[in-house]
Amino acid sequence: MNDSIAFFSGFGPKDLWILAQAAWQTLLISALSISGGTVVGIFFGWILSESKVVGAITIGFILDAFRSIPLIIQLVLFYNLFNVIGLAVSPFMAGVIILGVYTSALVASVARGGIESVGTPMRRAGRSLGLSYFQTMRHVVWPIGLRAVFPSWVGVALGVLKDSALVSVLGHPELLKVARDLITRTQQPLLVLAVAGAFYFALSFPISRYAAHLERKWQS
Amino acid sequence: MIEIKELHKYFGALHVLKGIDLNVKKGEVLSIIGASGSGKSTLLYCINGLEAIQKGEVKVDGVSVHDKGTDLNKLRTKMGMVFQQWNSFPHLSALENVALAPRIVKGKSKSESREIARAQLEHVGLNDKIDVYPSALSGGQQQRLAIARALAMEPEYMLFDEATSALDPELVGEVLDTMRLLAEEGMTMICVTHEMGFARDVSDRVAYFHEGVMEEIGPPEQIFGKPESAHTAKFLANVR
Repeated sequence: MNDSIAFFSGFGPKDLWILAQAAWQTLLISALSISGGTVVGIFFGWILSESKVVGAITIGFILDAFRSIPLIIQLVLFYNLFNVIGLAVSPFMAGVIILGVYTSALVASVARGGIESVGTPMRRAGRSLGLSYFQTMRHVVWPIGLRAVFPSWVGVALGVLKDSALVSVLGHPELLKVARDLITRTQQPLLVLAVAGAFYFALSFPISRYAAHLERKWQS
Repeated sequence: MIEIKELHKYFGALHVLKGIDLNVKKGEVLSIIGASGSGKSTLLYCINGLEAIQKGEVKVDGVSVHDKGTDLNKLRTKMGMVFQQWNSFPHLSALENVALAPRIVKGKSKSESREIARAQLEHVGLNDKIDVYPSALSGGQQQRLAIARALAMEPEYMLFDEATSALDPELVGEVLDTMRLLAEEGMTMICVTHEMGFARDVSDRVAYFHEGVMEEIGPPEQIFGKPESAHTAKFLANVR
């Protein structure tokens, strides 16, 4: 990427565009891993809430591991593992997959808490109307339970968005990686980091505002 | 017709229902009274299959509730149930609360199920609360919403599990009035209740439960006038 740009030139308007493109990559990685991880995480949370025994022996340990090991170690470990076993996975794909699994581990415990907060009387009210088990889940238990833990989920999502910076260790040109490259070239770390930080803020802020709006709406 | 034969129910080692025999005919209003823990609520849960039974049989219109082959979801649409804790769905408006089951279970169209819901909300006197969420309703209104929600499935039987026990005293009346209205319309009702006035005035028969046994059943005049069982007499003397 430095073909046309001289080494050690100052931070210019063009660099803003380069960072914007990197922010787009960050957004892409985060959106894919958060949405995928959330769907899978809710499924895991549901299994955990249904049966402690089945949950513990199937996914409990794996989820604990992903929740407990620093993300940067997971990224390096699995990216290299993918390549060792001959799976040609791009840093982007590896980042999305690992961040996604990490997200699902966090979402699983959040979702479990929400689903368990809907007690037997409410479930029976659904069943007594003739709703099947799955209909009761879909129309009663999940909407009530998952809304109750929505604020926690937003916390997870924003955390993952910021943690996506760690995908930089795999070399994918997302926000932090590109910012680092720019720092090397411009020798203006404070300016570049401030701009990169502003991009992270610009990505996070709409999410938290929209979340607050949804919470207000649901409370009425 | 609801037919209960030799029904036994255990919670672990606890023998909650000790051989209940009871038939409830179409159009009848039966009130079940008795102390807490006498098994009367459990009986309702057994009737619509929310609790498994260990011995005996419950039949609703000839269909055995606890048979493995029985489509319970379908059978339950015949029996509306109203709970002590009204359990309105907090994420849905009053109208959506009532419209949910007709749409999901019976596959009615959105507009059709909303029409049904509107009619039932009017039925219980909540026509001005259509778009209100349960959190903005009083306990009495939420309980009437729960009644409308059950009625929207056009049940042939209504089971009331202490429908007024969790309500503030000043809200009990509106719920009892709604239940009276249903009785007058000819609904078949089984009401587990602590409201002796309601049991006496509205019921065709009253059953007294004592420690998992149906001690006595008969017309209200008998139960409240000259009860045959000493337990019944003692219970009634205490609640008066």
